[in-house]
Amino acid sequence: MAENFNQHSDVSAADLARLSQEAKSEATPSTARIIWDEFKADKPAMVALVIIVGFILFVMIASLFINTPQMMQTDIMNYFDKPGTDGLLLGADSGGRSVAQQLIVGSRNSIGIALGLTAISSTFGICWGLIPGYYSGYIDWGMQRVYDFMMMLPMTMMIIVLVTIIPHYNAITLTLIFSIFYWEGTSRLIRSRTLAESQKDYVAASKTSGTSNLKIIFREIMPNISSLIIVDTTLSFAENIGVETGLSYLGFGLPPQTPSLGTMIANANDPNNITQYWWTWLPAALEIIILCLSISYIGQVIRRAADASQRQGAAD
Amino acid sequence: MWKTILRRILIMVPEVIILSILVFLLAKAMPGDPFTGSINPKADPAQLHHLMKLNGLYDPWYQQYWHWVVHLFHGNLGQSYQYQEPVTRLIAGRATNTLWLTGFSMILTYALALPMGVFAGRHEGKLPDTVIRVYTYVTYCIPFFVILVLGIWIFGYVFGWFPTTGSISTNATTWLQTIGSRFYHILLPAILGALFGTVNIVQYLRSEVIDAKRSDYVRTARAKGVPRKDIYRHHIFRNSLLPIAAFAGYSITGLLNGSIFTETVFSYPGMGLLFVNSISYRDYTVITALVLIYGILNLLGTLLSDIILTLVDPRIRIE
Repeated sequence: MAENFNQHSDVSAADLARLSQEAKSEATPSTARIIWDEFKADKPAMVALVIIVGFILFVMIASLFINTPQMMQTDIMNYFDKPGTDGLLLGADSGGRSVAQQLIVGSRNSIGIALGLTAISSTFGICWGLIPGYYSGYIDWGMQRVYDFMMMLPMTMMIIVLVTIIPHYNAITLTLIFSIFYWEGTSRLIRSRTLAESQKDYVAASKTSGTSNLKIIFREIMPNISSLIIVDTTLSFAENIGVETGLSYLGFGLPPQTPSLGTMIANANDPNNITQYWWTWLPAALEIIILCLSISYIGQVIRRAADASQRQGAAD
Repeated sequence: MWKTILRRILIMVPEVIILSILVFLLAKAMPGDPFTGSINPKADPAQLHHLMKLNGLYDPWYQQYWHWVVHLFHGNLGQSYQYQEPVTRLIAGRATNTLWLTGFSMILTYALALPMGVFAGRHEGKLPDTVIRVYTYVTYCIPFFVILVLGIWIFGYVFGWFPTTGSISTNATTWLQTIGSRFYHILLPAILGALFGTVNIVQYLRSEVIDAKRSDYVRTARAKGVPRKDIYRHHIFRNSLLPIAAFAGYSITGLLNGSIFTETVFSYPGMGLLFVNSISYRDYTVITALVLIYGILNLLGTLLSDIILTLVDPRIRIE
């Protein structure tokens, strides 16, 4: 291409190399690059990122070495062991089960479900926002009515009812049930942004030159609002951790034999546990708080990176 | 404007109908029936069948649905199998409790959020603004039930300042004591709900105030020599008040949905706790009634907000 170009122009090879070098250095940096610069400029954000990535990796790997059924076996000798006794780092609960091990496996389950829920509900929400936002008219009207209806449903109650209906529910069905109800926020956000984006010239130009609608939606509009999508996905991940743990806390999430951060906090429902045996539930509660704060903080940093006027990591 | 509101209400009708069908079918799909619990060696199977038949539990679903709807319009939501009491009376009793809690929570939320929002907007970019921003950020991220559990632990058990269960003390005899005890029981959950429910209002009010600060009418007022305090109180705050009032509808729905957690943690006998209990007893009639009530309250909440917004913002009216 470059040689071909050279044959028909007066620009020498050296000039061309210099020009393309200049063009490259002056080009807008990629989204990933901007986000990374933003993290480098903001030390607390870097700490949060390291904590989150390190913690998730630790939990995922460590839980591989824990035999869950064996861990969940009752051991009366360790009944409410204090932290530090009998070689149990965080003590034991009413069944003599190690709290530290439950915490690791529980975190893996809770984070795993939150990740799955985020992946499914965000994908669905993005589509449910892009399509009505782009087409408007009847399609928009119809899809908005579905959205309105879903907004009306009392979410927590519906999930609880569905969980009791499904005969053999496990982590996967649970994630699917949650996903039915948690796409509205994303959809609303993406739709309003797509509405604005569809009015822009490049969309009109693509339409005129005969690009198919689907291609315009997913190859042109979606990349242009990608920063919004990344921010929203991060923030909903933090929120979704609360969704599963909350339902498990009420007793309608993961079954009791499967540890989750929520079921561990549910230990606090017993007035004896909450006062005397604080180690059975407090670590899980603190962990959720730290996780949610760190993840949302990362989300805030990415949001800042997406908005050029607020960037701090500025090599511009 | 009336046209917009009317259209909005007309859309609600099919939504409520679909919701009622959905709720009814889901309740029917739940495993077990209200009499499974009474099966024991002494129970006569024929008698149980008779009971099932008497309650119309063998009819096809659309017939049962139709009966249910007809009864609904007569104000009869059926009989609770668990409490042996008409559902309407049962829920009415619980609803008062939930409304007390939700209402008080709402008042506290606004009492906290309004000054904070104006204050943050007024001192944009300075220390108070940063503090309030961090506060809203923290309260927004942490799942509400974790806060409830920590709150009841610290203030209910460790310090013992607040009661940890129930809605009213058994010792309360005079009406003054009754009200006092009632108030005392909802104080902690309401404060927690308010502290952690201010985010939307604060952020909205803050950006309203920041926008208003740069608008012409404020500059004119400044030029006339109106004191800064009066500008905030009479000009900016007045203008932002109606859209903020519109948040009330959304706030109510948020608080109601949170009530399931609040009432479970504090063992507060409201509709949320009733729902959780009814689920474990498969008390269909109560479950369907509650989901329907919550759905309709959600609708009314959003309707209220939309109507206020339509009044305030003519652009919405045209759409």
